[in-house]
Amino acid sequence: MSDRARKRPFRWHIVVFLAPAVLIYTAIMIIPLFGTLNLSLFTRTEDGTRLFVGLQNFQTLFVDPRWSDAFWNATGNNLWFFIIHMLVQNPIGIALAAILSTPKLRFAAFYRTAIFIPAILSFVIVGFVWKLILSPLWGVAPTFMDALGLGDWFAPWLGLEESALTTLALISVWQFVGIPMMLIYAALLSIPDEVLEAAEMDGITGASQFWKIKLPLVLPTVGIISILTFVGNFNAFDLIYVTQGALAGPNFTTDILGSYLFRTFFGFQLQLGDPHMGATVATVMFGIILVGVSIYLFGVQTRLRRYQF
Amino acid sequence: MANPLFSARGNLGRTAAAHAILIVYTILALYPVFLILINSVKSRRAIFNDPLALPTAQTFDPIGFQTVLEQGNFLLYFQNSLIVTVASLFFVLLFGAMAAFALAEYRFRGNLLMGLYLALGIMIPIRLGTVAILEIMVAAGLVNTLTSLVLVYTAQGLPLAVFILQEFMRQVSDDLKNAARIDGLSEYRIFFTIALPLVRPAMATVAVFTMIPIWNDLWFPLILAPGEATKTLTLGSQIFLGQYVTDWNAVLAALSLAIIPVVVLYLIFSRQLIRGITKGAVK
Repeated sequence: MSDRARKRPFRWHIVVFLAPAVLIYTAIMIIPLFGTLNLSLFTRTEDGTRLFVGLQNFQTLFVDPRWSDAFWNATGNNLWFFIIHMLVQNPIGIALAAILSTPKLRFAAFYRTAIFIPAILSFVIVGFVWKLILSPLWGVAPTFMDALGLGDWFAPWLGLEESALTTLALISVWQFVGIPMMLIYAALLSIPDEVLEAAEMDGITGASQFWKIKLPLVLPTVGIISILTFVGNFNAFDLIYVTQGALAGPNFTTDILGSYLFRTFFGFQLQLGDPHMGATVATVMFGIILVGVSIYLFGVQTRLRRYQF
Repeated sequence: MANPLFSARGNLGRTAAAHAILIVYTILALYPVFLILINSVKSRRAIFNDPLALPTAQTFDPIGFQTVLEQGNFLLYFQNSLIVTVASLFFVLLFGAMAAFALAEYRFRGNLLMGLYLALGIMIPIRLGTVAILEIMVAAGLVNTLTSLVLVYTAQGLPLAVFILQEFMRQVSDDLKNAARIDGLSEYRIFFTIALPLVRPAMATVAVFTMIPIWNDLWFPLILAPGEATKTLTLGSQIFLGQYVTDWNAVLAALSLAIIPVVVLYLIFSRQLIRGITKGAVK
């Protein structure tokens, strides 16, 4: 407590400054979050009243084949969706950032701005643009592949069970690669020249300089990017809904937790919406994200050494 | 494996290779969007016969835009999106700056805890509370109103805004504030006339970060405000595209109409945005 605080009885202005943000945040975000967790412990009886059932909804979700098949399918798909992002989006982002940070590179600002453009577009636009381009009807993708001599390899990827999910993940990678690029780029720029000069004096240049000096120094940023990707992927919905609809076709092969939550909560076609099962799915998603964030905060972030320059 | 690109001593070959890779990637990022834009003003036959060609006098045909403007309520959707985005942005910036100022400026019991509490929302997506949010909005009679969206987006944007602005509020000179206090200015005047103007660059960055997800969101408009009168541009174009899926002229025109304003705004603010991301890092 500062001296000023002891002299004054109560500083109302602190309350006034904090109140609007804290009230809205608590009322619209925190209370509904816990409200949703709470709803997952209830079910609706036939006369419309709420009945406490404990963890029964979770049991239904995990083992009752009517629910669990779709749930595990969505979870597995979501995991694959995340793996593709980690294997494709983040390495490409890091590589682009490394190239962009080449000293005295001309037009760097132009490249940065241009490569980031897809990230500002909505999923509706991105989903449809790629749906049109990959459509066998329009023939843009086959024409291109013909020109590259790969014409025979073309297939309507979004419509095939074995390739639809990977294609969607790659579309999402195309859209968001600018974000890791930008964050790593910023981290690379903040490495002091002295460090790099010292490395050069020791004869560490080129690729070995990247692997031995620069990459270890930007690892904390790589950690942040990974957790952002994780949270974003396990919360994704829009791209699937826009390109494949709520049924996440073909044959649910592109169903991820976000689209599964939407169908459970709202119902679709013959299936009735169920807020309590919806809340159960949301609670499981909350748990997954919490586990991911905890692993990052306690397992990864504390072990990564931060360098203060 | 020696990759010459990462060398600090650039020579002509390395620079050329760097440019080649970046140009290829830039084309990969921009070409799909460019393709949609050029085909949106072509006749149906030209779209299919030669999709990669630029529109010429013979193939020019604005029929798609006519369909969109006649059939869709795009002006209304655009207006709804604008109202929701601007109003949410205003509340996020004002309330976020106020809270950030309180946390950065005053020492009080629970300061750290309050900061952590507000930061929770950065990692946990508000979507997970949707079931209960809908219940609350139904109970409050706010379903199918723009107010419900503004409330949700304000709550969604606040955690990151408070977190970023707090850092910048700390950098505002104490001497300046103390001088103002000696002159008898109230804490409110200090906030509005000294702190707020000084963190304006940071506010612009927060504004861009906050704005993009709000403008592009599909989930909450779909769930909280799907009515015709309250559709946002993102939801409206999603439904329009679904209905007119076989009318390629209309689909391409609708996509172009959705792309152009966002890209224009981005190009105007891109320096601000990129400076925000690379905050203080550019040497």
